[in-house]
Amino acid sequence: MVTLKINGKPHQIDVPSDMPVLWVLRDVLGMTGTKFGCGMALCGACTVQLDGQAIRSCVTPVSAATGKAITTIEAIGATAVGKKVQEAWIALDVPQCGYCQSGQIMSASALLSRNRRPTDADIDAAMSGNICRCGTYGRIRAAIKQAAQGASISEKAAKS
Amino acid sequence: MTPVSRREFVTVLAAAGGGLLLGYRVEGAQRAASPATAAAAGFTPNAFIRVPPEGRVTLIMPQAEMGQGVYTSLSMLLAEELEIAPEQIQLEHAPPDNTRYANQFFGEQMTGASSSVRAFYEPLRRAGATARTMLVAAAAASWKVDPASCRARKGVVTHTPTRRTLTYGALATRAAALPVPDKIALKASTDFTLIGTPVKRLDSPSKVNGTAKYGIDVRLPGMLIATVAASPVLGGKVADVDDQKAKAVPGVRQIVRLDDAVAVVADHMWAAKQGLAALAIRWDDGPSGKLSTADVVTGLAKASETSGVIARKDGDPERALAGAAKKVEAIYEAPFLAHAAMEPMNCTVHVRKDSCEVWTGSQVLSRAQAAAVEVTGFPLEKVVVHNHYLGGGFGRRLEVDYVSQAVRIAKQVDAPVKVVWTREEDVQHDVYRPYYYDRFAAGLDERGMPVAWTHRIVGPAIIARYLPGAFKDGKDIDAVDGAVQLLYDIPAIQVEHVRHEEPVLNTGFWRGVGVTHNNFVVESFVDELAAASAQDPVAFRRALLRKSPRALAVLDLAAREGRWGQPLSRGRGRGVSLLYSAWGSYLAQVADVEVTGSGDIRVHRIVCAVDCGQIVNPDIVRAQIESGIVYGISAALWGEVTLDNGRVEQSNFHNYRVLRMNEAPPIEVYLLRNGEAPGGIGEPGTAVTAAALNNAIYAATGKRLRKLPLQPGLAS
Repeated sequence: MVTLKINGKPHQIDVPSDMPVLWVLRDVLGMTGTKFGCGMALCGACTVQLDGQAIRSCVTPVSAATGKAITTIEAIGATAVGKKVQEAWIALDVPQCGYCQSGQIMSASALLSRNRRPTDADIDAAMSGNICRCGTYGRIRAAIKQAAQGASISEKAAKS
Repeated sequence: MTPVSRREFVTVLAAAGGGLLLGYRVEGAQRAASPATAAAAGFTPNAFIRVPPEGRVTLIMPQAEMGQGVYTSLSMLLAEELEIAPEQIQLEHAPPDNTRYANQFFGEQMTGASSSVRAFYEPLRRAGATARTMLVAAAAASWKVDPASCRARKGVVTHTPTRRTLTYGALATRAAALPVPDKIALKASTDFTLIGTPVKRLDSPSKVNGTAKYGIDVRLPGMLIATVAASPVLGGKVADVDDQKAKAVPGVRQIVRLDDAVAVVADHMWAAKQGLAALAIRWDDGPSGKLSTADVVTGLAKASETSGVIARKDGDPERALAGAAKKVEAIYEAPFLAHAAMEPMNCTVHVRKDSCEVWTGSQVLSRAQAAAVEVTGFPLEKVVVHNHYLGGGFGRRLEVDYVSQAVRIAKQVDAPVKVVWTREEDVQHDVYRPYYYDRFAAGLDERGMPVAWTHRIVGPAIIARYLPGAFKDGKDIDAVDGAVQLLYDIPAIQVEHVRHEEPVLNTGFWRGVGVTHNNFVVESFVDELAAASAQDPVAFRRALLRKSPRALAVLDLAAREGRWGQPLSRGRGRGVSLLYSAWGSYLAQVADVEVTGSGDIRVHRIVCAVDCGQIVNPDIVRAQIESGIVYGISAALWGEVTLDNGRVEQSNFHNYRVLRMNEAPPIEVYLLRNGEAPGGIGEPGTAVTAAALNNAIYAATGKRLRKLPLQPGLAS
């Protein structure tokens, strides 16, 4: 038995310690918002956050996640940054097939959490691990910038 | 892929004595609500609309949503005439049903060929208008007033003189009792309030919070997960399996052996994957076990020396070629391509004693049902199929091989089982874009203008397999699509197709298959002719397009916005391409490309001008063009599936490279607005891209490439 803290809640699960977090989420806990794309950390569809860092859950064993906070797409909207990102994604109608977008949003939220004003180069560095076969890259870039603006506006509003 | 015109399809079936009722199937559907839905409370005037007494109006989507935005654009067509607001809509996937949900281009339920808006533009508006007419009639009857004095808007009927109102929900029961009117009036385009506007996508909210359900997300009580290894060589069989180690993996429940595949059934995908890795399978490769890509090319090259079926002949090309001042010849090649949709192939099946239930994402739901019927032997009504959002289609999910295979596995499993392919399985068992081989010969006169054009396309006839009813006199309308419509004003033209099937891989549709290949070769070769006559590529094309005003308009727009003729730094070049095909849309593209000293290609900017006739949702049109271009760049720069010993050599995104964020150029889309019939938009962006890139590489380096993927090599 291991305990994983997912979206703020502890989950007791009986799985092998080398089992990737992706399959715990999808097949054991039924949290299917996190997607399987490649199984080799090549496409980013499975991205979740581990203590706020974007990681590929398809190659992250349970043993590496115990004692840390896992955040998934199901709960990212509960964070201020995640909410801004989701709003920007909707405002610009980023998703097409949508399958990669959970991972895109988790990567983008992690980026904006540590960097409120990312440059194009910052966006490239943070997002180039997330493949989108529908080619929504231009809109993702624009949505990250829009979310960054929204985040800094609300920050200013909170300060004043 | 190419749509079959309705007339053509009817002719084909009539000739075959098919006796299939075609006509306007959707019209029929308006009168044939199924007993199940008719019994439900509320108003169900046709197969697409359900108005409940309370709550939101349900629109039933005949086409699959795979990212191309049909759930929004088709809803807009219904809502425009039904007079409801987008926020009042609830969506439902249609069940498999070729009678009620057929795409009129194909006579069956099919989402492909960039056809959804074209096929449903009028039928769905009629469906909406019919429902609205009946709701207004119901309101007028309850007020005992003339329906002409009532107005419907945002789900409410208002009696204009008295300002009395009734909601659609309140009218549902009364409307349901009314006869379906024979005559209805559609709105004039000047009265549109939704069509032509950038209505927000209805599927975005669920796609940003993880709640959108794809086939792979299906969960059922007692469900097991399976993953599978099919013969690495097409046509190969399982000779022997040692499954002792696989059975010992914790969580593995069962090993299912099929004649051409082995599946590991487990509690979860991790156990299934580990079990699969632990299997020792000996394959009997069969006749293709020694074949490589070179063998395929040799076969195609040999076939290219024979003449094919003539798809177009204007004038006397042979004579014109012989008499030309200058002759230009070229051979082009385009490789096998995988689709690599983000959601790997998957299908969930529960085979019970005398029935079967299937959950998947399919572009051809009724074919998925037929596949399950064929494998189980159950009657059609005992096979229930549920569609989901598709994590990418691109033509891959026009095939039902993964459905058949899952049902074959599920027949041996005493529980519902979700069969999920690994990415490796997905890349290595695709139904690939065929390898094509093209021969061109053109003649130029003394002024450098073309007087003869001959184009021989060598490749398979996908239509013969996929839509045999549309394969007439050896003509594959898809294989020549985008080549046969050549708009350039050349007096002698011949386009022919040499059918050459390659049994080493299954081949099929791939985002604009015929046009995607043909546009690359045709527009690259046109560029060669411009170069041979020392003319500017845009000026050369313009001079040949005097009879094609719509083509000329997009070309001029793309050239202007693409800053054609303005200087670029060393190592960079601009290329142009023009597209017209059976999709009915006109596109022109200008690509700004850099070839680095190490031979890498960097795409700096893409400008695309689009005339797709009547636009339903301009933002979705833009999104589709952006999407198609990115898909096209991936294929043009890196897309290539190769074979060794009958086995596909690529396996995952590290060796089947696709474009990433840091490589994606800014894309500018310019839309022309006119009242022409709607054209297709899902595939053209892909099709128009490779030639623009190739021509830009030529402009940058002076090196003419005739083979995809584009590999200019080291700068000389």
